[in-house]
Amino acid sequence: MSDFSEELKGPVTDDEQVETSVLSGAGMHFPWLQTYIETVAIGGKRKKDFAQTTSACLSFIQEALLKHQWQQAAEYMHSYFQTLEDSDSYKRQAAPEIIWKLGSEILFYHPKSNVETFNTFADRMKNIGIMNYLKISLQHALYLLHHGMLEDAKRKLSEAETWRHGEKTSSREILINLIQAYKGLLQYYTWSKKKRELSKLDKDDYAYSAVAQDVFNHSWKTSVNISALIKMPGVWDPFVKSYVEMLEFYGDRDGAQEVLTNYAYDEKFPSNPNAHIYLYNFLKRQKAPRSKLISVLKILYQIVPSHKLMLEFHTLLRKSEKEEHHKLGLEVLFGVLDFAGCTKNITAWKYLAKYVKKTLMGNHLVWVQEEWKSRKNWWPSFHFSYFWAKSDWKEDTALACEKAFVAGLLLGKGCRYFRYILKQDHQILGKKIKRMKRSVKKYSIVNPRL
Amino acid sequence: MDLEEAEEFKERCTQCEAVSWGLTDEGKYYCTSCHNVTERSKEVINSDIIPNAQIKALNRGLKRKNNSEKGWDWYVCEGFQHILYQQAEALKNLGVGPELKNDVLHNFWKRYLQKSKQAYCKNPVYTTGRKPTVLEDNLSHSDWASEPELPSDVNSPFLESGMESQSDVHTRKSLRISKALQSETSVCSGSLDGVEYSQRKEKGLVKMTVPQTLAFCYLSLLWQREAITLSDLLRFVEEDHIPYINAFQHFPEQMKLYGRDRGIFGTESWPNYDDIYKKTIEVATFLDLPRFPDITEDCYLHPNILCMKYLMEVNLPDEMHSLTCHVVKMTGMGEADFLTFDPIAKVAKTVKYDVQAVAVIVVVLKLLFLLDDNLEWSLSNLAEKHNEKNKKDKPWFNFRKWYQIMKKAFDEKKQNWEEARAKYLWKSEKPLYYSYVDKPVAYKKREMVVNLQKQFSTLVDSTPTAGKKSPSSFQFNWTEEDTERTCFHGHSLQGVLKEKGQSLLTKNSLYWLSTQKFCRCYCTHVTTYEESNYSLSYQFILNLFSFLLRIKASLLHEEVSLVEKELFKKKYSVTKKKSKSKKRRR
Repeated sequence: MSDFSEELKGPVTDDEQVETSVLSGAGMHFPWLQTYIETVAIGGKRKKDFAQTTSACLSFIQEALLKHQWQQAAEYMHSYFQTLEDSDSYKRQAAPEIIWKLGSEILFYHPKSNVETFNTFADRMKNIGIMNYLKISLQHALYLLHHGMLEDAKRKLSEAETWRHGEKTSSREILINLIQAYKGLLQYYTWSKKKRELSKLDKDDYAYSAVAQDVFNHSWKTSVNISALIKMPGVWDPFVKSYVEMLEFYGDRDGAQEVLTNYAYDEKFPSNPNAHIYLYNFLKRQKAPRSKLISVLKILYQIVPSHKLMLEFHTLLRKSEKEEHHKLGLEVLFGVLDFAGCTKNITAWKYLAKYVKKTLMGNHLVWVQEEWKSRKNWWPSFHFSYFWAKSDWKEDTALACEKAFVAGLLLGKGCRYFRYILKQDHQILGKKIKRMKRSVKKYSIVNPRL
Repeated sequence: MDLEEAEEFKERCTQCEAVSWGLTDEGKYYCTSCHNVTERSKEVINSDIIPNAQIKALNRGLKRKNNSEKGWDWYVCEGFQHILYQQAEALKNLGVGPELKNDVLHNFWKRYLQKSKQAYCKNPVYTTGRKPTVLEDNLSHSDWASEPELPSDVNSPFLESGMESQSDVHTRKSLRISKALQSETSVCSGSLDGVEYSQRKEKGLVKMTVPQTLAFCYLSLLWQREAITLSDLLRFVEEDHIPYINAFQHFPEQMKLYGRDRGIFGTESWPNYDDIYKKTIEVATFLDLPRFPDITEDCYLHPNILCMKYLMEVNLPDEMHSLTCHVVKMTGMGEADFLTFDPIAKVAKTVKYDVQAVAVIVVVLKLLFLLDDNLEWSLSNLAEKHNEKNKKDKPWFNFRKWYQIMKKAFDEKKQNWEEARAKYLWKSEKPLYYSYVDKPVAYKKREMVVNLQKQFSTLVDSTPTAGKKSPSSFQFNWTEEDTERTCFHGHSLQGVLKEKGQSLLTKNSLYWLSTQKFCRCYCTHVTTYEESNYSLSYQFILNLFSFLLRIKASLLHEEVSLVEKELFKKKYSVTKKKSKSKKRRR
């Protein structure tokens, strides 16, 4: 329901969609654009007042929703229902969907609204245009879920699942799959509750077998419900996760792996970092060989180089025997620290400090230079400014030390960050700083001892 | 079997010619002597919705009922007649004299039926397909006095029942009806001639449409010189004081509408000033009406009176009235010959009384304040200083203060108006559908909409939204007592006028013309109004007045240009280039 305003733009031309989505990035609203486009569309012919007032009414509703004035929105909505009787058949057909979206939004927030009102509205809207029956049923179920009414939600989903009307189109098939999958997800929820119960019970308990039987039955139903959906291209994270959990629970590791591999590697699916994370975590649990883990994370590295798993990736690479993996390990560390969100990650800095030193010691100066080349313009001010030196030292001396070491290695001992930390003369860290000073002198890439 | 209840049914039995009726269990009449059961049923006769008079028409066998599903046989012109009847009633309720309905509108309508050859003539149309041949038509020239049926004809109580007075039309028609009765036409429309009507295209024929009904109303108002201008009439329509949108829903139950009737009687727009104005002239010319009663100085429609009204409405000083009167006199716009509508003149045109009066006010404002976004403000400064010093005297009119107050009031009004429009419910309780197949769908949709509306109305705050506004010719109300909103009626124009000998001159000696060149070609437009070319004050004033009249600002601009053209005739003829000049004496 949250992305409703975007979807509302449904029945308009493509050009306009591009324009508004570009312009309305910050939730802005351009009524003039709408009117301009409308006049172009009808070729300058004078619109009927009915069309004019209803479109004005729509803008008033949108404005009221934007300002969270549910009362006003409901007032205008009262008039907007007449678009269901629009003499323009194109608009008449588009009306139920718009009304459903606006109306459900209003009823979701309106203080006088309650579950009953929403139910009545949803049931009415379902039967106005059969085109929307499934979509509305699904959203109705989600609404009930939101209000913690699991059983009712399940019933709505079952109703929708068995609904048959007219031809089966491909878009309808997806919806049916989705509905079934949601039903599966609800079953998973009961299952996992039962599982928890089971884990609390003693095996000798007289209730144990009954509960276990129950757990088994559920899993079977759920797998049927979910598996159809996750074969279709899309992002199905919660479904996949729960499905795999169940498969794993019953020892079907191959099945789980197949699902996850398919989810991560099938090219028809949209690129999805979570798919790789799930697969990685699964393989880790299965104690898969390192090379396999590396190959999974390599893809994740390409999608999200700042992911927290990258440090794990680095460790894996470091432990590997292959030289190219070692080089990649350096790349990965630099990559992580390129992101503003990771600048205070002490582990990353620690790894980097150690690894740069190790690399330099291992006579791979070129690797470091290669990484540094693209960063030397901006890293100094991004990480190693005087300001950062001061604030890092104040907040976290350990972090400041690690950073200073890296700064020294990369920028030489003249670097301000390094010099500032050296000057601080910390009692406990004194020794460490001294050692650091020596290493910098020896290995810094700025003045390579040739 | 209730014999008493069947007493009002006085028709002869078709079998035994006896008049003795009883009621069957289904409510149908049966003859007590021969036990012949009629098709006519009790409910129809006693139904409260249908006034008695219509039942008489029914009894006369004019409206034959095919079956209860299909309803009566009726003609498109009867539908329009019904709408006109409702509108006339509404006008009567607004305080218009009863003669308008009984005499004027009735006669206009009869004349229309005659001119369009639908009734009151020897060879009316409707004989399918065949175009009427040369008709004997003694109305071809406006020979008003000799007309037997026009205004003097008081004997026919016009439209007392909406349908009943049509009997004379029917008697003539019924002969033809019987022939073409079960024809396929009725399949595509509820009315008998809906299909034929929408196909009728004859040169010179003015076909009735729903907007046309307002042209009829306005013509009758004009004939009666009533105190309702065209813009008032249209505003009353918009405010639902006069039936217009969905007027068909008040047709008797048995007049079914569908198919082609939808296009004829369904309206999804409010009337437009220019459109109705043109239609008025068109209808008047078609009806071949004689010169209307003179608009003299004591008529509401005379510019002097209208100017007074609009000056009050927009909160301008009363003293401006003498200036507007002067402009009216100089331009000759107050002459009866100029003001009176004469459809049979060479070029039939009527004055847009309301627009013209407002244009005169705009011209006077321009004369006084120039409205160049400069002079009006410096004059305001002067007035402000003067008013501060002399608090006891009659205050000088301060344009700035007036602007601030009007702007606020105007914005509020306009906002309310826009909101009310957005909330307007267009659909009638009786949905219009294309054919019988669509009927259940249309009714189901309607029911659904009503249900949804009911549901949402519970979410709306229970505080009643003031209900329907009572009709008023004033939209703004200014009183001396209201301290929040200063009333400028009593303010003086001393600050902007100066004495010179016997006469008063405007302090401002400059003027700019709204239009420097009039279009020479034969197109109807006088000038184009490109908003951004004009001063902001001028734009504001045009917007304010055009909102009051519910017209486009460009229309008012055009009228202002026309007034100026009359006022500065010489300037236009001598030099068209010079735009600034003019001194006025008073």
